[in-house]
Amino acid sequence: MHGLAFDIAHFLAGGMVVASFLLLYQDRLSALINIFALHSLVLVLAVGWQAYIQDAHHLYVTAGIALIFKAVIIPTALHRIVRQLGIHRTLEVVGGVGRDMLAGTALVALAILVMLPVTAGADALAREDLAFALAVVLLGLLLMVTRQNAVSLVVGFMSLENGLVLAAAGARGMPLAVEISIAFSVLIALIVIGVFLFRIRERFDSVDMQAMDTFREGRRK
Amino acid sequence: MPAGVRFATMSLPLLLGLPMLLLAVGVYAIAAAQRPEGGRQVYGIALFACVVLLALALGHLLAGRAPTTLTLPLGLPWLGAHFRLDALAAFFLIVVNLGGAVASLFALGYGQHERAPERVLPFFPAFLAGMNLVLLADDAFTFLFAWEFMSLSSWALVMAHHQEPANARAGYLYLVMACFGTLALLLAFGLLAGPDGGYGFAAIRAGTTSPGFAALVLVLTLLGAGSKAGLVPLHVWLPLAHPAAPSHVSALMSGVMTKVAVYGFIRIVFDLLGEPALWWWGGLVLALGGITAVLGVLYALMQHDLKRLLAYHTVENIGIIFIGLGLALAFQANQMYASAALALTAALFHVLNHSLFKSLLFLGTGAVLTATGERDMERLGGLIHPMPWTALAFLIGSAAISALPPLNGFVSEWLTFQAILISPELPQWLLKFLVPAVGALLALSAALAATCFVKAFGITFLGRPRSPAAAGAVETDRYSLSALFVLAALCLLAGILPGLVVDGLAPVVSLLNGGARLMAQHDRPWLTLVPVVDVKSTYNGLLVLLFMTLSGFTAAFLIHRLASNAARRGPAWDCGFPDANPAFQYTAGSFAQPIRRVFGSIVFQARERVMMPPPGDLRPARFEVKLRDPVWERGYAPVAHAVVALSSRFNYLQYLTIRRYLSLVFGALVVLLLGMVLWR
Repeated sequence: MHGLAFDIAHFLAGGMVVASFLLLYQDRLSALINIFALHSLVLVLAVGWQAYIQDAHHLYVTAGIALIFKAVIIPTALHRIVRQLGIHRTLEVVGGVGRDMLAGTALVALAILVMLPVTAGADALAREDLAFALAVVLLGLLLMVTRQNAVSLVVGFMSLENGLVLAAAGARGMPLAVEISIAFSVLIALIVIGVFLFRIRERFDSVDMQAMDTFREGRRK
Repeated sequence: MPAGVRFATMSLPLLLGLPMLLLAVGVYAIAAAQRPEGGRQVYGIALFACVVLLALALGHLLAGRAPTTLTLPLGLPWLGAHFRLDALAAFFLIVVNLGGAVASLFALGYGQHERAPERVLPFFPAFLAGMNLVLLADDAFTFLFAWEFMSLSSWALVMAHHQEPANARAGYLYLVMACFGTLALLLAFGLLAGPDGGYGFAAIRAGTTSPGFAALVLVLTLLGAGSKAGLVPLHVWLPLAHPAAPSHVSALMSGVMTKVAVYGFIRIVFDLLGEPALWWWGGLVLALGGITAVLGVLYALMQHDLKRLLAYHTVENIGIIFIGLGLALAFQANQMYASAALALTAALFHVLNHSLFKSLLFLGTGAVLTATGERDMERLGGLIHPMPWTALAFLIGSAAISALPPLNGFVSEWLTFQAILISPELPQWLLKFLVPAVGALLALSAALAATCFVKAFGITFLGRPRSPAAAGAVETDRYSLSALFVLAALCLLAGILPGLVVDGLAPVVSLLNGGARLMAQHDRPWLTLVPVVDVKSTYNGLLVLLFMTLSGFTAAFLIHRLASNAARRGPAWDCGFPDANPAFQYTAGSFAQPIRRVFGSIVFQARERVMMPPPGDLRPARFEVKLRDPVWERGYAPVAHAVVALSSRFNYLQYLTIRRYLSLVFGALVVLLLGMVLWR
């Protein structure tokens, strides 16, 4: 397992973490979506490589699904949504890139600290993979927490889901049916979220979460 | 393969098939409920299924067959669904299906009067199936699943007439208590299964539990099974929920479902936990049983609603059963297995008896309810004239529950007393003092129960009708009457032939008691019941019956023969009220007044107030009685207030922003992960 195969798997999984950091850094929506496409593409490569070295053919299907849905359809759809909403030029105010980056680094450290002792019995590749996957999940959550815009929330959610697929690919043995159903559920989630985004825009003239919060505050009083 | 063995291996799949049949009938009933003959079909099939189950269980118990097991690939994937039929399960299957069969028979007639059959028919067979599956389950998952199924289907039956606000409250309280009980049982099974997760009962039996955990399991089981059975202070839902259901369901819930709860307690504490480690377990159960018995009957005396009165009596009888079980635990802890066998036999006998007479009384109340539409005793009266047969059956049930010989209630309470009388042989001083005290409580509750049923029968069936509804009553239908008399006959049979029942219980007792059992009774001369040895005390139901019959006939003969039989005509004595109005009769409230003054002023802080209008005021004088429920006010109201206060404190969590919610989730995840890192 060691040698080149391990190194490449390690490199690709690490690449996903780097892509997650790139997502955290973006303050423009179209750039964010592009980076998400890159994130998904790295996932496709990582899963494909796992399929090759594990000789697990069903993982190719997973990779294919990820390629079609996450790297192509979802980013395209999000681009369309953003353009139709007319917010592709807006700059999103991010609380402070430095702060997010520091928090992200801490989360990666946390993921490694959690995963490595827990999986002491497993082989090295699975351990690294799981640690990286947890890091990607945590970074996705961080993205969701720190952003104001609803589209950013969607991207954060999707990148989180990428982390889950990475974990599944590394863990060996998640049945294909589960993966396919997850993929479809994500697609359906996108459709639902898309519909909601337009509904929200209709009502509030904005997809900024702040507007909704002030509306709720107003209703509460 | 010999026929017996083939039957033994076949009986469990057949036993399991019948609950499935009941479930299928429940599904069919959804469609059939709208049709007029649908009720007959559903109850008819339920009757058939219960009778077959009863016969199979009876065959298993009487033939003394070895336990049979069966595993189905259902439920948890690594566990499967385990089922097992042993003597204990067979005995309780008899109790459940006897009650189920009679309730179905009764419902063949009674069900015709149901206002909302579509709310009763689907759940009735499902409820029966749930109870049967609890008894057959042989792993924790199947047990809890069936237990919850039983709870929820009976909840649906409680809510059958949900338009009445009191019923909705009863249903809510029942649901809360049922959830609480199942939670306690879930935790108990978790402790029993241990860290390896051996949830099969076979694995639990094979394993050992440390004394601390075992005590915790006992407490949790008391909470879980006790809340379903109605142990004080967990009884509060029972007198509300049992009467809310249709009467044949009330009979099942009160007469049978509480027994399933007793089964759960026996299965966990006597079977799964293995040898009891400490004597105080018995003391705890005993004390709870004694308090439950007395409080139950005191509550019952204060009630004028016939069904609620019966439900409170269930609480009392559960107390008596738990007194027997507590004694058995105490004896077992001291290796006095012969005495433990006596206490266990008494408890199990009372389980059977209570299921018989409580079902009989609830069904009798159902007949009264159909005839008059009234449950309030203050509006009944004189029903013995239009409904003589119902009155006779109800009288037999009342005598049985009041523990009058030669009926069955006497035998089991007498056996319990015999077990109490052996208790000075116990070495622990606390038990030496506790057991006689509990014996006094038991004697008190037996006497009060008799008072209570003099009231229940006298006010309902004797005197003159207190309302037009009671005056216009007619005798109930034949199905209902046959159900009543099946139960009445069984009460009498179990009372005059107790030795046969005790022998039937012997395999169950020896299973739970390390092989020790009472001596065989069937070869005693004249079927005398000899619990310990001949020189101590014996009871012969046949002889008592013979004596009572003979003395009764002799007295009647002498009176007819010697007294003057010349007809005299004169004015009837009218108690000083020449204008005899039915409202002048003795009422349930006035009957209970002495007891209320003696006990109620302390336990319930009963306060009586007479409001005399001033002269010239035309209002009638009023007499008011205020009772306070100590258990509710001290135990439940503070908890309810705390929950409301806490939830209004955290109400602001309902109004957070989406980002806040996400941050909460994220923060919780990070904190948990950090905890994991630091804790390891």
